[in-house]
Amino acid sequence: MELILSAGIGALTASGVYLLLRPRTYQVIIGLSLISYAVNLFIFGMGRLRVNAPPVLEPGGIGDLARYTDPVPQALVLTAIVIGFAMTALFLVVLLASRGFTGTDHVDGREQPSD
Amino acid sequence: MTPLPPFFLPSGLAALRKKVIKTEASRRFADDVSTSAITAWRQSFRDRKSRSPTHPQGDRTIEYAEKLLSVFILAPFAGSLIATFFPSDQRGATAWFAGAIALVCFLLSAGLYPFVATGNVLRLELAWVPELGLSFTLRMDGFAWLFSALITAIGVLVVLYARYYMAEEDPVPRFFALFLAFMGSMLGIVLSGNLILLAVFWEMTSIVSFLLIGYWHHNAHARDGARIALTITGMGGLAMLVGLVIIGRIVGSYDLDAVLASGDAIRNHPLYGTVLILILLGALTKSAQFPFHFWLPHAMAAPTPVSAYLHSATMVKAGVFLLARLWPVMAGTEAWFWIVGLAGLATLVLGAYFAIFQQDLKGLLAYSTISHLGLITVLLSLGSPLAAVAAVFHIVNHATFKASLFMAAGIIDHESGTRDMRRLSGLFHYMPITATLAMVASAAMAGVPLLNGFLSKEMFFAEAIETHLVNALDTATPYVSTIASMFAVTYSLRFIHSAFFGPPPTDLPKKPHEPPRWMRAPVDFLVLACLVVGIIPAQTIGPFLHTAVVSILRDDTPQYSLAVWHGFNVPLIMSFVALSGGVGLYFMMRSYLATGIEGPPVFRLLQGKRIFERVLVTLSWKWARSLEQGLGTRHLQPQMRLLVFIALAAGALPLVIGGFHLPPLVIRGIDPAFALLWAIGIGCAVGSAYQAKFHRLASLVLLGGAGLVTCITFVWLSAPDLAVTQLLVEIVTTVLILLGLRWLPKRIEEPRAAEDITIKTRLRRLRDFLLATAAGGAMMLIAYTMMTRPLPDTIADYFLARAYREGGGTNVVNVILVDFRGFDTLGEIAVLCIVALTVFALLLRFRPQADSLEAPEQQRLQNAFDDDHPERTAGDSVAEYLFVPSVIMRWMFPVTGMLAAYLFLRGHDLPGGGFAAGIALSIGFILQYMSGGTRWVEERLRIHPLRWMSIGLLVATATGVGSWLFGYPFLTSRAEYATLPVIGKVPLASAILFDLGVFSLVLGATVLMLIALAHQSVRAPRAFARAARTEKEAAR
Repeated sequence: MELILSAGIGALTASGVYLLLRPRTYQVIIGLSLISYAVNLFIFGMGRLRVNAPPVLEPGGIGDLARYTDPVPQALVLTAIVIGFAMTALFLVVLLASRGFTGTDHVDGREQPSD
Repeated sequence: MTPLPPFFLPSGLAALRKKVIKTEASRRFADDVSTSAITAWRQSFRDRKSRSPTHPQGDRTIEYAEKLLSVFILAPFAGSLIATFFPSDQRGATAWFAGAIALVCFLLSAGLYPFVATGNVLRLELAWVPELGLSFTLRMDGFAWLFSALITAIGVLVVLYARYYMAEEDPVPRFFALFLAFMGSMLGIVLSGNLILLAVFWEMTSIVSFLLIGYWHHNAHARDGARIALTITGMGGLAMLVGLVIIGRIVGSYDLDAVLASGDAIRNHPLYGTVLILILLGALTKSAQFPFHFWLPHAMAAPTPVSAYLHSATMVKAGVFLLARLWPVMAGTEAWFWIVGLAGLATLVLGAYFAIFQQDLKGLLAYSTISHLGLITVLLSLGSPLAAVAAVFHIVNHATFKASLFMAAGIIDHESGTRDMRRLSGLFHYMPITATLAMVASAAMAGVPLLNGFLSKEMFFAEAIETHLVNALDTATPYVSTIASMFAVTYSLRFIHSAFFGPPPTDLPKKPHEPPRWMRAPVDFLVLACLVVGIIPAQTIGPFLHTAVVSILRDDTPQYSLAVWHGFNVPLIMSFVALSGGVGLYFMMRSYLATGIEGPPVFRLLQGKRIFERVLVTLSWKWARSLEQGLGTRHLQPQMRLLVFIALAAGALPLVIGGFHLPPLVIRGIDPAFALLWAIGIGCAVGSAYQAKFHRLASLVLLGGAGLVTCITFVWLSAPDLAVTQLLVEIVTTVLILLGLRWLPKRIEEPRAAEDITIKTRLRRLRDFLLATAAGGAMMLIAYTMMTRPLPDTIADYFLARAYREGGGTNVVNVILVDFRGFDTLGEIAVLCIVALTVFALLLRFRPQADSLEAPEQQRLQNAFDDDHPERTAGDSVAEYLFVPSVIMRWMFPVTGMLAAYLFLRGHDLPGGGFAAGIALSIGFILQYMSGGTRWVEERLRIHPLRWMSIGLLVATATGVGSWLFGYPFLTSRAEYATLPVIGKVPLASAILFDLGVFSLVLGATVLMLIALAHQSVRAPRAFARAARTEKEAAR
């Protein structure tokens, strides 16, 4: 499990970073989204991987780590997902505005001789 | 060693020396005893307080007086704030107001005198940041009292003067607001009982001084002068702050009393030299000492009341104030003697010399101020208690005669239209009273007997001839002082002679006359003070001076006498030499001065300002430019590359240093389905990266695939909440980007021949590929290593154990979000709110490129089809497109609403919650937009996302505030279950109200962003059509 998930995180990061270094704004926004997935999974993984142990208690119960998975990284990631969404939205609009103002979708706001 | 006449020092110098030595010994003893200086001073302070019944005032009165200290700070700053609201034509009212504030402060300090006269220290301590040892401590001892009396008294006079000086067209409220702010900051410096607080007020005086020098900001000289002053004093203040922090470290407290009690600890500390230089940088720049003196003459571009107040009487005294304040703990070492002494002596003589050659009345006074500050600095450098007495005395004397001289110069400027001594002449005839006053004041400046300047100068001479340390500097001091005094006589004479005597003036802009009665009143008063203090010092200034001196020197306070006549002694001879030499020098130099060249010979080539500007240009322009050229880039890609590289290196560094062992690879126990899932996930990620340039839609779909895999992973690995949120966010993000795709330029992949791609491009791509692979590999390595280690002790148990008991919910993640860490969530939804508003604002001004404006290809085809078929009207095909799905989507709306309500209500106990519900409902809305189009939806539904957002934020905040009403901290939650008909038992924690706020805000924000983007396709063509129409009209 750990191996597969970490391979997945690695692949998401690598694809994301590669796109981050590309010259077109759309590539960068896709790259950022991929990196967000990787980072969210990474933070989530810090609570260790558990199957069938969601942190939802029995009514009136007192939980412990033996029976339930760690809720803290989940709470962090939940926040991160929403903030990531906000970031993507803002970046998308900045991207569109930049394209509207400069007439190009290059990250520098003007065409470069090479990509 | 020159023998000192016994009548000058009744107790005899030998006795004094013994006394000093004795106190040194006792100090050393005390140092051994007191391991903690703080406890020592606290004890002494308590003792002093407990002793207070022996004083005429009782405990209660002293506490009351201590509370009143805050008025010194509050009144001027509050007044400053109020003064800004006065209408600009209300010159008189504003002046009355500012004057009243200054007068209140003066009366208050007068009233507090009895408390400090007995040697008490008034303290008012308010907690500021207690963890850092910072407290808002106001502290008034005799010395601070003397200064606050000086600041407030001259403040009152300057307000009166400024009332008549400022012109009709000047924005007077701004002047008085800044004036009061300055008074508050200056009082803050002298009353600070905490070193850091002192530094804060210190910087505030620099800033206010900057604003006041630049008061006439249309004048380039004023702006330059303000900038120079701020740069020099600001840098000094910064250095001083560092010095004060180090002192705080050495002593273990920033409290002034604690610092004053640990002189030996500071002087013997290895960092003493550093501290000394840093503190001196602050003090010497503020007091315009050589080589930082040049800012003061340029500050003369300020209105004259400012020059009289800030740049002669008070602010420039802050430097010597600090030297005197720290004198008991810093002075007496060889380093102090040399640095302070050299700076002071150089300033004393150079300032006086330069003053002779000024053509501007205020310029002359500025250099004279520099010289007199140098004199005070020299006195403080000597490390002898008697010299310290003389220094304090001269601070007061200089303030009185120099402020009156500045005011006189201002009157001359005001009534004759110029301050240029080349044009002024014979004004005595026109303004005899002002001339007489100015003559008395400048006689005090020159040190003529029977005036206050003479007394402190005599004391200075007496100290100058005394041997303090055997070295060249000490030997040179008496000669240099005599020469400087001679110069002082010369420039004083020049000031009077060139302005008031000689032939009648010929080319004055105005016909000169006496100023208004009340404009001259402050000068009257100050000159009278010079005379009275000069004739009967012991009966007037004597007790106040003594109180101040005792508070600095404590047990070291020497015997001194404030008489006018001390008999024929060496200082008197020096005074005589200076007076006669100065007069002689003036008459010798008259012909040179008449040539009208500005500045002293030779030295005028060496302009401080020019050097300063050159240094500034080199630092902030040339070096910055070459740095930018060498290291900077205007391109994003290299910066990103650098960032990734640094992140990689920073991540690898601890592993390299700390050693890193790869955990054993565990291949067993892999679920093939999970492996397949991630094979798809990895494929999607890589494919998305590969397609992002030419096939944006495909890339977006693949991105969604990777998101779904992530979502399933959350389900798999016991994170249902994350899965729900991820799924919903995924949908919204995809829709959002889809809406955005329309406005991006078309990019069609050309089957480029392989040789078209240059080797350089290939290499660049390869480098990026390697960098990306390294980053991905590193992430994989770290993730794997972390995940295969056993879980260390975490705070998870805390939340798991208390979620139900204290939060009243069984879904721990939700309880953490809305209860335990509710404040974080509040911040987070605020961020979401801001982002939505930013998106909205950006899109309001959005102007798409022309090539994105035409209708999409599909719509064009559909419209062409309508045109070809006569039975169809235009727009039919567009409307009928995807007819069945859109009907289903419309019907889905209530279902989506139901789902959102369901997610919301179960959130506290089961996966779901406000976030998920809000996004789910916003999807419902966007589905309506997609099925019916913008107009169709908005004709049928009232959609007010801005209102929803504000209600959400208000509800969430109000829930938090609500717990205050019950006496709990912000956002404390209360849990109950309620039974509703049909639905059954519903958790009704107050957190659910908070969650309602979250729901409303998330819904509003998401809908706002989506709609704002969706509206573009309605707005943009309209704008385009409008533009085309105006173009056509213009052509016609």
